[in-house]
Amino acid sequence: METYYKPEDLPKFDQIGQEAPDLAKKFFEYYNAVFAEGELTEREKALIALAVAHAVQCPYCIDAYTQTCLEKGSNMGEMTEAIHVATAIRGGASLVHGVQMRNLSEKVCL
Amino acid sequence: MSKPSETLPEMIKDIQSFAATLSQHNLKLTRDVTRTLQINVGLYCNQTCRHCHLHAGPNRTESMLFETAEKIAHWARTVPFEAIDITGGAPELNPDIKRIVKLFYPLTPQLIFRSNLSALAQTDQEELLLLLKSVNAAIVASFPSLNESQADSQRGVGIYKTSVNVLQKLNAHGFGRLDSGLVLNLVSNPAGAFLSPDQTQAEHRFRQVMKKKWGITFNHLFSFSNVPLGRFRRWLETSGNLPTYLKKLAYSFNPAAVAGVMCRSLVSIDWNGYLFDCDFNLSRMLPLGGEKIHVSELKGPLSADTPIATADHCFACTAGAGFT
Repeated sequence: METYYKPEDLPKFDQIGQEAPDLAKKFFEYYNAVFAEGELTEREKALIALAVAHAVQCPYCIDAYTQTCLEKGSNMGEMTEAIHVATAIRGGASLVHGVQMRNLSEKVCL
Repeated sequence: MSKPSETLPEMIKDIQSFAATLSQHNLKLTRDVTRTLQINVGLYCNQTCRHCHLHAGPNRTESMLFETAEKIAHWARTVPFEAIDITGGAPELNPDIKRIVKLFYPLTPQLIFRSNLSALAQTDQEELLLLLKSVNAAIVASFPSLNESQADSQRGVGIYKTSVNVLQKLNAHGFGRLDSGLVLNLVSNPAGAFLSPDQTQAEHRFRQVMKKKWGITFNHLFSFSNVPLGRFRRWLETSGNLPTYLKKLAYSFNPAAVAGVMCRSLVSIDWNGYLFDCDFNLSRMLPLGGEKIHVSELKGPLSADTPIATADHCFACTAGAGFT
């Protein structure tokens, strides 16, 4: 295997249902329902998905939701800002734990 | 100028031809009543858009002579066209464009004038703008993206800002102001090898953003996927996107879109007076119904129920909601 991630594997996602079809059916029904228009538009949901894809660093998801965002009418500025939101939360999540570091340090330091 | 290949590239033999796809769905693509006459007055353009299906640009010399326009008008008088649609290239830059507008506006209840906006920004175009206003022409303007870098990447550096300025000017003249009766419609094409967004949602967003950012209003926005022809096809080939894009179009085939595609009710005439089923077939030099016909040979309306010439670029008009 020359690489773990191959773009041609993305359309094979539904093959995951071969060993557990009932679970896959439930998952994909839920998945499709999540991305259908609701209180949020499909375009807005795709932008959230793009941001989360970067947070979880999933190449398949980044491929899928870059294209979905473009085809739902989002532009590069919006998509870049969405990734910054993910980045800010990821970075912020690390930084805010600095409070724990400070609490512990204050306890043990003079 | 090399033409795109007539057949699907070798690497995408796993999708069937457009004709075979129609057959598979028991569909035939035939002409309905021809309601719109589209006149391409030439390929000269001040822009070199990367998505252009016609390879239009500053180096093109094809330009309709007024004598050819008169032959088209002679035929148009025998046919009640609901709309006459003047396109290019940049139609503003045809040397006879004002005479052409004056020739055709009495022949139809709706004259449509396509503009890339930047050609209208040129200093000598004020007179043309006033003429278009006086004949109540509907302006259809290209405005692909709300994002400056994407729009300029498609259409040229600085075009985005110029387009905004010209749209504000058109609004000041009354085009696109809802109480004026002067129509300004926008056309948005994706800035790349992906499908266009849902038209209703895109129109809603463009309306909101353009009003808020620049105070610009318009009547409608048409959202079309790029057709794999001309300069856009060349870019698809050189960037390695052609197989994926053609597959995307073919896999998005919507049988319900076939009945509403524009070629069923439109005829396109090139700068030399030859007929095509649409501007895309014109790009491919695929003549009307497969037969080369000059407008001077015509005596009356085109026959309905005649076959429309197709090729694989037609998938662009049947993808998703379709290209009407």
